[in-house]
Amino acid sequence: MAIWLTADSKIIVQGMTGGEGTKHTRRMLASGARVVGGVNARKAGTVHEGLPVFGTVAEAVSSTGADVSVVFVPPAFTKDAVKEAIDAEIPLCVVITEGVPVHDTTEFWAYAVAKGNKTRVIGPNCPGIASPGASNAGIIPADITTPGRIGLVSKSGTLTYQLMYELRDIGFSTAVGIGGDPVIGTTHIDALQAFQDDPGTDAIVMIGEIGGDAEERAAAYIEQHVTKPVVAYVAGFTAPEGKTMGHAGAIVSGSAGTAQAKKEALEKVGVRVGKTPSETARLMREVMQSL
Amino acid sequence: MDLFEHQAKELFAEYGIPVPRGIVAHTVEEARAAAEQLTGKVVVKAQVKTGGRGKAGGVKVADDAEDAYQKATQILGMDIKGHTVHKVLIEEASQIAEEYYFSFLLDRANRTFLAICSASGGMDIEEVAHTAPEKVAKVPVSSLDGIDRATAREIAQAGGLPPQSLDGAAELIEKLWAVFVDEDASLVEVNPMILSADGQVKALDGKVTLDDNANFRQPEHVAYVDKAAEDPLEAKAKEKHLNYVKLDGTVGIIGNGAGLVMSTLDVVAYAGEAYSGRPKPANFLDIGGGASAEVMANGLEIILSDPSVKSVFVNVFGGITACDAVANGIVSAFQLLEGRGEAVTRPLVVRLDGNNAALGRQILADAGLPGVELVDTMDDAAQRAAELATVGA
Repeated sequence: MAIWLTADSKIIVQGMTGGEGTKHTRRMLASGARVVGGVNARKAGTVHEGLPVFGTVAEAVSSTGADVSVVFVPPAFTKDAVKEAIDAEIPLCVVITEGVPVHDTTEFWAYAVAKGNKTRVIGPNCPGIASPGASNAGIIPADITTPGRIGLVSKSGTLTYQLMYELRDIGFSTAVGIGGDPVIGTTHIDALQAFQDDPGTDAIVMIGEIGGDAEERAAAYIEQHVTKPVVAYVAGFTAPEGKTMGHAGAIVSGSAGTAQAKKEALEKVGVRVGKTPSETARLMREVMQSL
Repeated sequence: MDLFEHQAKELFAEYGIPVPRGIVAHTVEEARAAAEQLTGKVVVKAQVKTGGRGKAGGVKVADDAEDAYQKATQILGMDIKGHTVHKVLIEEASQIAEEYYFSFLLDRANRTFLAICSASGGMDIEEVAHTAPEKVAKVPVSSLDGIDRATAREIAQAGGLPPQSLDGAAELIEKLWAVFVDEDASLVEVNPMILSADGQVKALDGKVTLDDNANFRQPEHVAYVDKAAEDPLEAKAKEKHLNYVKLDGTVGIIGNGAGLVMSTLDVVAYAGEAYSGRPKPANFLDIGGGASAEVMANGLEIILSDPSVKSVFVNVFGGITACDAVANGIVSAFQLLEGRGEAVTRPLVVRLDGNNAALGRQILADAGLPGVELVDTMDDAAQRAAELATVGA
């Protein structure tokens, strides 16, 4: 079992014909994901990587029955691409593109809400979602881990890979990279809720980083609603104030958003927080052994 | 990117927002000349990208040009919260009847924009927000709906502004929304927004943060980059499209992925606690997912051109790029740097994990690069890098 992405998921790629789109379409196909087509208005009717290219998301959905879209289009076109996916009411839209202006993200999020939240948006600036052994929508390397019963939600791509790899002998139900931008579609809380409800997930790893208060709000949610064990890691304890550390969202201003504050909020509700990624993996190992 | 007050006000003026007349001065002589030109009473305002400058003595009223010269002498070169004052804004003094607060900003938690308005503006707005939150109106603004004159007026009303200010404030707020949207800002703040003695609503201060992600469609924003304040290594890294932040330690850090590099900084700082001098990270450097040989060489070059670096920790998780490719990248980087006459002489601790890690380690072992040590885990590698930074000190 998994959340949001299963072996039955049919994936289309917006921006499939571009460099990144082509590379990762190949990788997704190689991992066994059911990629069924791509979207590029200028190349509609052609075939790319052995897959049909459609003019619009709506056409791709009606022709293939796709229920997941992965977006690789450049930042300048991302807003329109996501709104098109929302208009087509595709259930899941995974936005890999990095460097999307925050006004655009805020707009397509407002658009998704206004259209009745029929489309779950993940990202932008995220590695996507992978349900090992079942499907893979995005750029998470498929072969670093195995299927299992840990759920993972993370703001960071490479830390996701690190934890998936360290715990590869135990395995994962689903790993979701939600991205580190200031505004994102799917949050830690959304994933926590889905993992709590997923019979295929026994425990949850949550990876956060400095900036904002998403981890604090996740802690409040865990206290109220999550009965499965949660282990967390927060990156950026030693990051200086006022400096952006790669992720636009990872900036600490004033006292809010520090790693220490996040750690304390999580520990207060019984979440064990690792000091390093390795310690986090060790804590999760202990949790899984005790179940 | 944050703007200086004078840049924010120049931007406001372009959008038709009333601001006091002002002239930027970099020297005391320029300050005197500016005050002469403006005539009458002026305000000398430190231009620094931080709050609380009024309380720090960075804003002073001057009676005439000579006084402006004196006040500028006191303010130029001042240190305000770690920011040195390199320029002042000489501005005509305003007759203030009332002071209000207004801002548009990004509300991360609710994934929308927020208008904040209060009739209790001025230096103590944060105190007001804390002790009397009912005096501060916070109104969500959807990017789909935006702000028109009527909503702007409602917000001003919600903030408790008196009737005589509503028309002027509504007009200012509507124009400020245009700045916020058209310039791709994540913050526009006016504190204080004033009602002048002659009944005009004006922006007496301005704080603007622009979204760097929007630079592709805001080509004119490049003019706002403060070259003087930019760290030379950060500027050099930016030219090479590297995500680099200079820090004050001695362990150079290279990694792939922002989260992993941030985590590496933490792990190195923890490890450093055990050694004399407590070595800390010298920088943040994210070479991204696909680390080619050239990117690795550029990264190493930047790090090694920092004289405070005593050791380097290369922390790579092979995900999309497999570790053998990364290892080949390091080998090529050494050759590239040697070819440029900058042979690597400081110790390098390399941790490779993930896809093809064994192969990658083998490639590095076979290459026998001078000073390169392979360590299996991130924690152990951080410890070794910290230790080497101490030895080299």
